[in-house]
Amino acid sequence: MKKKVLSALLVTALMATMVAGCGSNSGSGSKAKASLADGGKVLNIYCWNEEFKSRLEDHYPGYTKVDATTGKIGDVTVKFTIVPSDDNAYQNNLDSTLKKQKDAAADDKIDLFLVEADYALKYVDTDYTVNLADLGITSSDLADQYSYTQDIVKDSNGNLKGSSWQACSAGLIYNREVAKAVLGTDDPAKVQEAVGSWAKYNETAAKVAGAGYVMCSVNDTYRVYSNNVSGKWVQNDKIVVDANMKNWVDDSKKLVDSKAENTNDLWSDDWAKAKYPDGKTFCYFGPAWFFNFCLDSGEEGSIANKGGWGYCVGPQSYYWGGTWICAANNTDNKTLVTDIIKTMTTDKAVLKEIAQKDADCVNSKTVLAELSSDNSGNLALLGGQNPYKQLADGAEKVDLSNLSKYDQACNEEFQKAMGNYFKGNCSYEEALESFYKAVQAKHPALTY
Amino acid sequence: MAKEKEKNQEQKTETVKVQNKNKKVVSYNKWGIIFLLPFVIVYLVFQLIPLVSTIVYSFFEYYDDGLDMVGPNFKAFGNYIKLFANKDLFVYAGNTLIMWIMGFIPQIIISLLLAAWFSDPRLRLKAAGFFKTVIYLPNLIMASAFAMLFFTLFSKTGPVNSILMDLGLFSEEYAFLDHEWSTRGLVAFMNFLMWFGNTTILLMAGMMGIDPALFEAAEVDGATSTQVFFRISLPLLRPILVYVLITSLIGGLQMFDVPQILTKGTGNPLMGSNLTTMTLIMNLNRHLSVSKNYGMAGTLSVLLFIITAILSFIVFKVSTRKD
Repeated sequence: MKKKVLSALLVTALMATMVAGCGSNSGSGSKAKASLADGGKVLNIYCWNEEFKSRLEDHYPGYTKVDATTGKIGDVTVKFTIVPSDDNAYQNNLDSTLKKQKDAAADDKIDLFLVEADYALKYVDTDYTVNLADLGITSSDLADQYSYTQDIVKDSNGNLKGSSWQACSAGLIYNREVAKAVLGTDDPAKVQEAVGSWAKYNETAAKVAGAGYVMCSVNDTYRVYSNNVSGKWVQNDKIVVDANMKNWVDDSKKLVDSKAENTNDLWSDDWAKAKYPDGKTFCYFGPAWFFNFCLDSGEEGSIANKGGWGYCVGPQSYYWGGTWICAANNTDNKTLVTDIIKTMTTDKAVLKEIAQKDADCVNSKTVLAELSSDNSGNLALLGGQNPYKQLADGAEKVDLSNLSKYDQACNEEFQKAMGNYFKGNCSYEEALESFYKAVQAKHPALTY
Repeated sequence: MAKEKEKNQEQKTETVKVQNKNKKVVSYNKWGIIFLLPFVIVYLVFQLIPLVSTIVYSFFEYYDDGLDMVGPNFKAFGNYIKLFANKDLFVYAGNTLIMWIMGFIPQIIISLLLAAWFSDPRLRLKAAGFFKTVIYLPNLIMASAFAMLFFTLFSKTGPVNSILMDLGLFSEEYAFLDHEWSTRGLVAFMNFLMWFGNTTILLMAGMMGIDPALFEAAEVDGATSTQVFFRISLPLLRPILVYVLITSLIGGLQMFDVPQILTKGTGNPLMGSNLTTMTLIMNLNRHLSVSKNYGMAGTLSVLLFIITAILSFIVFKVSTRKD
């Protein structure tokens, strides 16, 4: 009798799980047309930090703040769901909510969500995002944007699925004190000469190390190399390490061995020490958002606080980060969603406001030209330097033809694995093997 | 004997049936079932069904590729073959065991010592209650918070390095988390700190359960305290020791949060071709975190289940055999 009960239980449990397994098997492959509606009472915005919320609070006309994560536009309640990116938490949450989007209650439907360049294609190339043309945003509305910011959010049929208010071209942010001590000048043009190519950069690094400083972390230069590759990370489902990535490994290994660069992880406490004079570091690599968000300019004693940084383009043009706004399919606030995207990413008056209040490098050729032409773009933390000319030139040069939806996993794991090689714990081949395995765990369909 | 028992039982059930028919005796059986029901339901929904589904999925290909789902497609033993095809599994199992042993040996020694002291009335320890609480405190901190604390303490420019350099012990910063044995040592040390209080309390309970007459007899016979410890306390503690060993071993096999946070989920440092702090569950998490690979994760879980069962069985057999 007991055995019969047990086996009956097991069979039931088995059946239950089989049914559960089959029930949730609905892919995103269907080619349904966007379904958009109006009249929703709640506008749900999914994002990973406070940035977009504060932009909306400060610059969107008619937005009133209610509390930390809610606001009002007219009689529509704006609700922010903020989940940090760490450990993929943001995407995990977004994915599971998006998959339930069709059947969700009107007030729970996602209307807008934000994505980063490293994984934008994962969302853009599906029906979960809405073509901007379907919202009535035309190419003439977007003409003033930098084309690279649009390439990131184009699906495989060339439809534009998102828009950004930032153009994150990036360069080399150097410590003026150290530049004077090592190069004898802190003039951006002269410093640029000293770091204008990788050969020059490596020469300068040797001098910097000789004077008792470090250049930066190997992870700072990573993006400069990874943006200038000749092929995608994944080709025909095979992970491919580009020649330029190998260059990063070789150059970095030499610099680490000669103590000209360190191996600190980005955002770590060790890495952050360079924001202060005691960090004895020559430079950071970063875009405009780096000035405001990452240099501790509000802290007494930091280099930024004393206006001690300078900005130049560096060895190669590249971009880093940026946030794109996507409209979610099945939104019930079509008009408002359209207006937010239009206002926040194409309205020149709003964009100029953002640039001046938040020192953001905005996605408008006209505004950047205005900022670089007079003193309105001078930044105190750069010792009064106006970086907008260089930032605008850089944004024109960024080339994103080699983006893939696997970039996030590949970039993260490549840096983590190669760190072991730089520290001398293993050979390049062994680190590479470890990198392949880590990417494969995240994307089981890939081979190497 | 067995047959007799069966007969007895049959007779008993018959008498019960007869009594029921007569309605002279109130049956309380239904209350037993009602009181058991909450547990059975919770167990079914949250334990048995997930357990069975884990085993079922271990035979399937089933993961997310971006926003698309692949599977579930039946693959028979495909996942198992894939898992055993490379040696990583054994490396991760080795890491787990090494770090567990490194933590467990000091843990059991210190715990035994403390338990012996705390339960020895002749020592007349002052404020024993206070210290019993204090040694348990590390266990109350969340493991991940504890690991983050250690990550900061032992970072290259962290306080431990500055202290060691100020004392003149190190001439330059030592990157604790870039070296195999220092990283493993830190993981083991944290596990030790978190669990020795718990073990001490368990062992103390065991020691206080020993008949005081035995200690008195030993004292009368002129035994030294070392002799008392090794000849009386330890042998009589064996059931508790076995319990501690098995629970700690199972806990050790599931080691996850401390090394995960301390190495940011990487299992670094990579020495040669081996990740040196990647544990079995960290590897499981690697398959789940992004790709939601329920197939492969299920396979790993089933394997872990089998290993746990075997190890527990061995430990149990070895420690309960008759001398």
